[in-house]
Amino acid sequence: MTLRQSILDPQGKAVEHAVHSLGYDRVRNVRIGKFVELNVDAKSREEAEKITREVSEKLLANPVMEDFSITVEEKS
Amino acid sequence: MALKFGIVVFPGSNCDHDSHYVAETILGQEARLIWHKEASLGDVDIVILPGGFSYGDYLRCGALARFSPIMKNVVRFANNGGVVFGICNGFQVLVEAGLLPGVLLRNDSLKFVCKYVNLRVENAGTLFTSRCHKGEILEIPIAHGDGNYFTDEDTLKRLEDGNQVVFRYCDQSGILTGESNPNGSISNIAGIMNEQGNVMGMMPHPERASDPALHHTDGRKVFDSIVESLVHQSQLV
Repeated sequence: MTLRQSILDPQGKAVEHAVHSLGYDRVRNVRIGKFVELNVDAKSREEAEKITREVSEKLLANPVMEDFSITVEEKS
Repeated sequence: MALKFGIVVFPGSNCDHDSHYVAETILGQEARLIWHKEASLGDVDIVILPGGFSYGDYLRCGALARFSPIMKNVVRFANNGGVVFGICNGFQVLVEAGLLPGVLLRNDSLKFVCKYVNLRVENAGTLFTSRCHKGEILEIPIAHGDGNYFTDEDTLKRLEDGNQVVFRYCDQSGILTGESNPNGSISNIAGIMNEQGNVMGMMPHPERASDPALHHTDGRKVFDSIVESLVHQSQLV
């Protein structure tokens, strides 16, 4: 999940300053998000993605302030 | 006839006892703590969602509490016109539950701020502010790390036009300044209510400014307003 572009990210700004003080002044616009890993018992990628999408929309991400994207990896 | 205050307790709530103390000992009403897993609110006139760190603020403040079993009853109670008052973490739960619009973000300073602030009463016609007058300044403490109220332009306009902003942070003269804003909230918003006027959320803690022993009693005006409004309402029935 990432903060929507319209939301001010003071944490990202603070980290950006720290990155600059390390000497990497070509790094810009740092934004901090969250990574959530779900292990889903599903019969197909589509089903796993559907479940993940629903859980993300209902709980994991707050649409007023966050966007999210999903990656599905199969585990045998 | 005493009013019945129901104070929901989530795992991690820590202002439930203060709210109970104000309702029962200071106001002389009936108060009951309602554990978040209870199947019903029981017979209550008002529900308080107290301050604290429900579920450790995990994921987002209030994000997990909004799915606690009792919240189905709270939402139904609110939709039926019941009075719901969210304080600090309670306000966060209300916005996550969609009972109030917007979101409470991390304070723009990134610091947890714990101090007295001045609140200007924007709307004295609500059941939470009937004992106040418009423009009145209340000195009430805040203690939060995520009180930065934000919403999109359209919603903000709707709130302002609909007189749904109840309190704003101001300086001692009642002027809205950047310095008087402790967390970066848009338009210095400290508390809002829903369209129907039965649900209010505020970040400051009026229950911490209601006891004369603490030398700050401006917060009591909010509770006195609630009691006055609800008693008046019940007399009309």
